[in-house]
Amino acid sequence: MTKIEVDTRGETCPVPLVECRKALRKATPGDEVIVTGTHPASKKEIPMACESMGLEIIGIDEEADEWKIRIKR
Amino acid sequence: MSNKTVIIVHSGDMDKLYSALIIANGSLSMGMEVSLYFTFWGLERLKKGGLEKGPFSKMNFLGLGKWMVKSRMKKANVAPLEKMMTDFKELGGKIIACEMTMEIMGIKQEQLRTEWIDEYGAVGTYVHEAKDAEITLFI
Repeated sequence: MTKIEVDTRGETCPVPLVECRKALRKATPGDEVIVTGTHPASKKEIPMACESMGLEIIGIDEEADEWKIRIKR
Repeated sequence: MSNKTVIIVHSGDMDKLYSALIIANGSLSMGMEVSLYFTFWGLERLKKGGLEKGPFSKMNFLGLGKWMVKSRMKKANVAPLEKMMTDFKELGGKIIACEMTMEIMGIKQEQLRTEWIDEYGAVGTYVHEAKDAEITLFI
């Protein structure tokens, strides 16, 4: 199991969602993809995308304007 | 899986191309398949060096409006169209170029960014792509 970190801080629509998908495509089952960002809508939309792809969200942390979403591939 | 988005890119306006590519990349990111069918003025944007050449659909003011909006987009850190297109291809998006437009406008294959184009087709290709798509748009 590998941890893959994706930093999308400062990026806007649709970059955080796209970078998350790119990382998930490269990851292998069992890996953990951790996406960090500041774009507010993506905090809701990344979990929506994971749900429609049948992927599990391990956790969502938020601190000030920054969020971190952990996804199990 | 018929979980698919098919968009006809008819307009060559920059703002509309942004809309098409944002929806396309968003769909790919949600795990959907995507096909973009480039026709008429949209196809002009697939010419070599043509991607960023489109005017704004409103308030273009001979390019001044476009320049102003583009500088604001840069400030807001909006990705350039070239990056959106690279992401689109990396995520497995498909591009179809309209053959009739090529004939009418005298566009040769060698004038186009052929590395992006998966197929050259006509209306039958669009209908075949769109008939089982959940989202289809004309932009």
